[in-house]
Amino acid sequence: MMGTQRVKFTFMTQLVKEPIIYRLGQEFNLVTNIRRADVREDMGWVVLELDGDDTEIQRGLDWVAAIGVRVDPVSGDVIEG
Amino acid sequence: MAFVSGLTCRECGRDNPAEALNVCDFCFGPLEVVYDYDAISDVISHERIAQGPLSIWRYQDLLPAEGTDPVDIMAGFTPLIKARNLGKKLGLNNLYIKNDSVNPSFSFKDRVVSVAATKAVEFGFETIACASTGNLACSVAAHAARAGIQAVVFIPWDLERGKVIGAAVYGPTMVSVEGSYDEVNRLCSEVADNYPWAFVNINMRPYYAEGSKTLGYEVAEQLGWRVPDHVVIPSASGAMFTKIWKGFNELACLGLLDGVAGSSFGQDQNTVHHPAVTTKMHMAQAVGCAPIVTAWANGNPHVSPVRPDTIAKSLAIGNPADGIYAIRILRESNGSAYAVPEHDVVEGIKLLAETEGIFTETAGGVTVSALKNLADSGAIKPDELTVVYITGNGLKTQEAVEDVVNPLHIKPSMGAFEDVIGQRISGLVVGG
Repeated sequence: MMGTQRVKFTFMTQLVKEPIIYRLGQEFNLVTNIRRADVREDMGWVVLELDGDDTEIQRGLDWVAAIGVRVDPVSGDVIEG
Repeated sequence: MAFVSGLTCRECGRDNPAEALNVCDFCFGPLEVVYDYDAISDVISHERIAQGPLSIWRYQDLLPAEGTDPVDIMAGFTPLIKARNLGKKLGLNNLYIKNDSVNPSFSFKDRVVSVAATKAVEFGFETIACASTGNLACSVAAHAARAGIQAVVFIPWDLERGKVIGAAVYGPTMVSVEGSYDEVNRLCSEVADNYPWAFVNINMRPYYAEGSKTLGYEVAEQLGWRVPDHVVIPSASGAMFTKIWKGFNELACLGLLDGVAGSSFGQDQNTVHHPAVTTKMHMAQAVGCAPIVTAWANGNPHVSPVRPDTIAKSLAIGNPADGIYAIRILRESNGSAYAVPEHDVVEGIKLLAETEGIFTETAGGVTVSALKNLADSGAIKPDELTVVYITGNGLKTQEAVEDVVNPLHIKPSMGAFEDVIGQRISGLVVGG
């Protein structure tokens, strides 16, 4: 089933130069739509929308998380005390 | 009636309708309620507020709710207590405690949830929901019961029994999720996207967060329409911190502070700072989850997410939605941010209990320990008017202070009693 997910990626220094979003599109056949971003030397974050097959979105997010990118909902943590 | 004219994006400034939304459709930035302050200033007054109920709804003109029948379990108007004993201990002569641990479900969350639940009913939702490790779940379930609507609360599978019971007693549908913090976070966000429910801190978030402004209004009103020189506030998402500041500044701009002339809210009403509000805003987090304090200390305008590892579970938000806005207020108010060592959290709880008779949860321990640090360092001068916010009740985190249970164990005889009591209480005079 096709779906959409809005997420925030946070990259630490060693991943700032990696073409992660490009690979997400190529290797998982997802349409990536960046809405806001701030990339600096020591860290970066990107808020984007992912469009594609639900299973592929999940696989893609698992891959991104596995290589060390922090994946969060766009609205920050939703679990509260 | 509500004086809401819409929602605005805090990042790109675009207008959005006052609907059940949490992010801007254009840039996915967070949304904030926009008010018609000109219309509010025509009606609001100290007298009108005083005629309202003894709850957060006395400030309804400044809250985003229509109608006259809010979902109200009497949240708010909690005591502001002069803390003579704690003040003496810390060398502060003008210290007050805003004791929000005595709200109906025993935390400040009743303020925000009351507003969110009211909006949920207005929008026609039949279910309100949240993901929580304690206080929020209790408050959502309680307000749903009051409103006569369904509640669904997601909790981590290993949540302490006491907290589970505290929410379950109100009869919500409770979903215990087995997974990491991140997995629970992601699941709840997906559920919110796919179910027609009012998630209080997701699609109700712009309205929900406004409830915390009442912590600013009440303190000002209880001080005789003055704002303090210093406030010390525990922070998780940073939302309460920003809203207390907003509350003080709204009162000033509307001419509701004693001796202060009102002023315009300007172009961006959410960043307004009236010069009469000189309160220094001090933030408290625990070392095990201090992303905002860390960003502040490093001079970083962005907040790097962390994985929480703290006993102050009600402050355990690793990716705080309002972190960057809280940092702006720290700067603007000449405030400070302090990360309390984990071992000092319990000391803070005990200090408050033993000096003022108030039993707070771990978040309160963080706040009191941060206050002690500010007093010890001289950042707060002895005669400056200081308010410390205690936002949750100690009965929720009893396990944190189990070591205080140390009774004198005796056989049922006067001899046995007198043998031990003399050792415990010096200067005891029997039959005097």
